[in-house]
Amino acid sequence: MDWDTISHIIVKLLAITVAFTGILMIVAYTVLAERRVLALIQGRLGPNRVGYGGLLQPFADLLKFILKEDIVPDKSTRFVYFLAPVIAIVTALMTMIVYPFGPEVTIPWFGSQQLVIARFDVALLYVLGITSVGVYGIALAGWSSNNKYSLMGGLRASSQLISYELSLGLSLVGVILMSGTLDIYKIVEMQSGGFWHYNIFPQILGFIVYLTSAIAETNRVPFDLPEAETELVAGFHTEYSAMKFALFFMAEYVNMLTVSMLATTLFLGGWNGPFVETIPILGVVWFLLKVFFFLFLYIWLRGTLPRFRFDQLMNFGWKFLLPLAILNIIITATVGYFVYAPK
Amino acid sequence: MVALLFILFAGLAVGCALSMVVQRNPLYSAISLIGVFIALAALYVMLAAPFIAAVQVIVYAGAIMVLVVFVIMLLNVDEEVSKRLRLRFLVPTAVLLAGVLIAEAAFVIYFVQAQPSLQDPSTSEIGLTSSIGTGLFTTYLLPFEITSVLLLMAIVGAMSLARRTNVISPSALVVPGDLVLKKELIDPSAKNDATPVVAHTTAEAEQILGIDVPQDYPAAE
Repeated sequence: MDWDTISHIIVKLLAITVAFTGILMIVAYTVLAERRVLALIQGRLGPNRVGYGGLLQPFADLLKFILKEDIVPDKSTRFVYFLAPVIAIVTALMTMIVYPFGPEVTIPWFGSQQLVIARFDVALLYVLGITSVGVYGIALAGWSSNNKYSLMGGLRASSQLISYELSLGLSLVGVILMSGTLDIYKIVEMQSGGFWHYNIFPQILGFIVYLTSAIAETNRVPFDLPEAETELVAGFHTEYSAMKFALFFMAEYVNMLTVSMLATTLFLGGWNGPFVETIPILGVVWFLLKVFFFLFLYIWLRGTLPRFRFDQLMNFGWKFLLPLAILNIIITATVGYFVYAPK
Repeated sequence: MVALLFILFAGLAVGCALSMVVQRNPLYSAISLIGVFIALAALYVMLAAPFIAAVQVIVYAGAIMVLVVFVIMLLNVDEEVSKRLRLRFLVPTAVLLAGVLIAEAAFVIYFVQAQPSLQDPSTSEIGLTSSIGTGLFTTYLLPFEITSVLLLMAIVGAMSLARRTNVISPSALVVPGDLVLKKELIDPSAKNDATPVVAHTTAEAEQILGIDVPQDYPAAE
């Protein structure tokens, strides 16, 4: 190995460390923001005692999770029971490496760097692939707990994930057809030059399908059937306690962040925004602002909407969203064939 | 560096494959098989075929194995207990076939080694999405379409096999206590016609079925 390879690896490792620390901090504060905003919606105060305005609450929660007793059910399948939360959090974090957080910027000592951990030909397919492996975390957790509520929750969650993954993947095809690449960095670059170049305007149908299936993919209100407290106690993580539960909890919020970032990069122009050409580092701010908008949308929905019934959920996914996604592909392909010259 | 990664993932693939065969619990076997698929995907990436790698993970690890795991979970398959071997003649056959397989692999490896190396895989563009897409939709369009029709036929076949036509659908509105009869019971000319006919009272059912009610017997209201 020569010096170039070693320095390349070191730079990438540093980038991964910085990005993952940032992501976990965002996740921690999303939880706090969710509790405060929900309290606001419901006319309460929310956690505001630890630190200024409750700003240290996430760390207090984390400490509590670490110190709690870790209870393992007697008749659980030990190995799978321990494996499930690991699969959940690892697959949730693995998708983070492909998102461009900003344009090419000059960092002191490191030279000119693109603010993305890994750029490769099939970045978008990689995201879909890793997401589809994430199903195992939930399914195995439900099975290995040896609890009927867990099993029901796990089965519900995985059938929901499998169903909505289809419309999620198909809703992205429109964007792929328009940009002619699967490289997320390139898709963001193609949307530069004013907000009217963003993919959301020609792909409004795809965006609506994506957003709906993304909320279902992350098991959030109004699609939070897998954790319906009134029917299933807590769904697939009923038997999990302490840090193992925290891992599932974190995985859920990291997944929220993932789909928000994908929506931002594919539909809302990623790091594009005013003055990015002159001050490139501003791109990170625009990117994060757009992501935070989606996270706020999640919390807002949770405070507003009731839950679906399970048959409604399945009918909605298969009979409404999926045909809509296919219609979007047909429209995009036809318009692209007649209006634009083939690239 | 590449050799090191190859040894890591190849070892993982072989180890998971062995574990898949050896495990007694079917769910552990399934998890091992997922491991094999993911290790193979990593090997594809190293062979400069990222598209195949992504599809390997999405289709095999993400879709097919989910079905397998679902079936195992729903049927709650017990751990396999070793039974007395009934088909003893299979043991020498298996050894023989394994020998053939190893000889074949050695033959292939020998000839690959003897050939001069074709091209540095890192500069190859065959595995990129655009080249695969162009190939599929131009040169190999007909085989590609035939394969999709084949898959469609498989789906239609599975649907027609699994669909139960002779059972009244659960969404048909039937008031509890009512009789639901097949039409072929009532009308002999409508053979094999399973259209449901709902009768509300015993008398009505008798009337529909054409059973003679005695005159001195008052018909039930």
